[in-house]
Amino acid sequence: MLKFVGNVLFYALLLVIIVVSIFPFYYAIITSFKSGTALFEVSYWPSAFSLDNYVSVLTQGSFARNLLNSLFISGTVVFLSLLLGITAAYALARVRFRGRSAILLTILSVSMFPQVAVLAGLFELVRRFDLINTPFALIFSYMIFTLPFTVWVLTTFVRDLPVEIEEAAIVDGATPWKIIIKVFMPLMWPALVTTGLLAFISAWNEFLFALTFTLTNSQRTVPVAIALLSGATQFEVPWGNIMAASVIVTVPLVVLVLIFQRKIISGLTAGGVKG
Amino acid sequence: MRSAWMFLTPMILVLAAVAGWPLLRTIYFGFTNTSLSDFENQQWVGFDNYFSVLTLPSGKEVYDGLFADPVWWAAVWNTIRFTVISVFCETVFGLVVALVLNASFKGRGLVRAAILIPWAIPTIVSAKMWAWMLNDQFGIINDILLRLHLISAKIAWTADPDTAMAAVLMVDIWKTTPFMALLILAGLQMVPNDIYEAARIDGVNPIKVFWKVTLPLIRPALMVAVIFRALDAFRIFDLIYVLTPNNVQTKSMSVYAKENLFDFDRFALGSAASTALFVILATFTILYMWLGRVDLSGGR
Repeated sequence: MLKFVGNVLFYALLLVIIVVSIFPFYYAIITSFKSGTALFEVSYWPSAFSLDNYVSVLTQGSFARNLLNSLFISGTVVFLSLLLGITAAYALARVRFRGRSAILLTILSVSMFPQVAVLAGLFELVRRFDLINTPFALIFSYMIFTLPFTVWVLTTFVRDLPVEIEEAAIVDGATPWKIIIKVFMPLMWPALVTTGLLAFISAWNEFLFALTFTLTNSQRTVPVAIALLSGATQFEVPWGNIMAASVIVTVPLVVLVLIFQRKIISGLTAGGVKG
Repeated sequence: MRSAWMFLTPMILVLAAVAGWPLLRTIYFGFTNTSLSDFENQQWVGFDNYFSVLTLPSGKEVYDGLFADPVWWAAVWNTIRFTVISVFCETVFGLVVALVLNASFKGRGLVRAAILIPWAIPTIVSAKMWAWMLNDQFGIINDILLRLHLISAKIAWTADPDTAMAAVLMVDIWKTTPFMALLILAGLQMVPNDIYEAARIDGVNPIKVFWKVTLPLIRPALMVAVIFRALDAFRIFDLIYVLTPNNVQTKSMSVYAKENLFDFDRFALGSAASTALFVILATFTILYMWLGRVDLSGGR
């Protein structure tokens, strides 16, 4: 009997966890399909199916352009971080040299930097190189959170690889660069996918730098565009459009996360850094 | 040996350009009278942005600067309150979720996927989704609470000074508990099964097993998770900026700094506020690592 009650409680708790996790996203989806006055009637189940909000958010304004901006910026940031990260990770995990732990500690502390602490200094840099309101300002500044994370996680991955493989390569006379390209890359690609994905998500979601360093609608990234999406008047918030835009940017992320679930969890726990 | 430095140099240079140098410049700006309208010309003003005493022609003394600004002190208090409450709740809920996920049952993979959803949603999107659910007129939260007779009138969650912080906390806890749960779950899975087996055979009460066996064993993983979360919570910006704009009850230190830097044209004061946040965070981290003797490599 006691066991039965325990089981019921367990599954009730499980149900609560699932409902609380999924409900807000579910509610955003059903809201995004409502239009007109239906929007302002609370409903718990899907009650309408209209694509008006999606059509208007993608055709009016610059949201489509914002999506491309976000894709370009996040993609470039991931590529650069992985490139710099994998070589650095090889050196940090495999070569013993003075100052190695100092470098690891520095990388870790940079990943804990409050973004706002570098905001004024970055603004000066970006302004001096005339990058304000260009994607390059964001690509440059996003390295502050993607690079330490990438280096840190890739270092832990390289450390776990068996040393024998590269010893064989060294005996065969391979240079360090060759070892990275020919030996590590093929072994590392699952790690690269995980780290790249987590770096992509954090770049895709970034708000503070994007808000500060972009000035015009066409240069904004998706999070800033959604935050600033406004209606005809100040008092008329276009909730339908906002929810449609939210669903558009979230669905790919959720799909990616569900596909790479296991890899993401191992990457998160290895990095210990919020993505 | 030499190739190690060759491989490291690009990464170090980028980090220096993107983190080291801007940080130094921010600290420097905090000691000048830089303003956005006249960015190139600035003078060293010492600690004036932090604290200064002005004597008015009437002979009356006025205090100025960051430490004399009640709005900044409110922001400090908001940030501390937010950090303590959110990290505490996320740790407790995260522990509960992790314990549930550590049990074996059918469909565990699906549940683990479901709890990843809040984490995967961009912060700005979750702020907007919750702003809509918390909407005073058309929000579903008020509707649910009214139906359950828990409230008698609709609440303006994000606008009302009494509930704004609760709204921010609600969204943050919802979004970040999965991250905590996954970190704790990783710790839980390292606890060898024999220990539970032995405790079960000896007939030890499960609650006692949790307090005496599980918790001490996952303590290192828990400490790492808590410090990462606390550091993250302390610099909160986007959720507060979007969910409760212009609300003194929720304004965090990061929001205060950003507003002064770019919205109020008090660039130097904003830089001072950024520097103060950095110093507080650095002190807090060093103290925590020293007191808790956290081995950061324990998280690997």
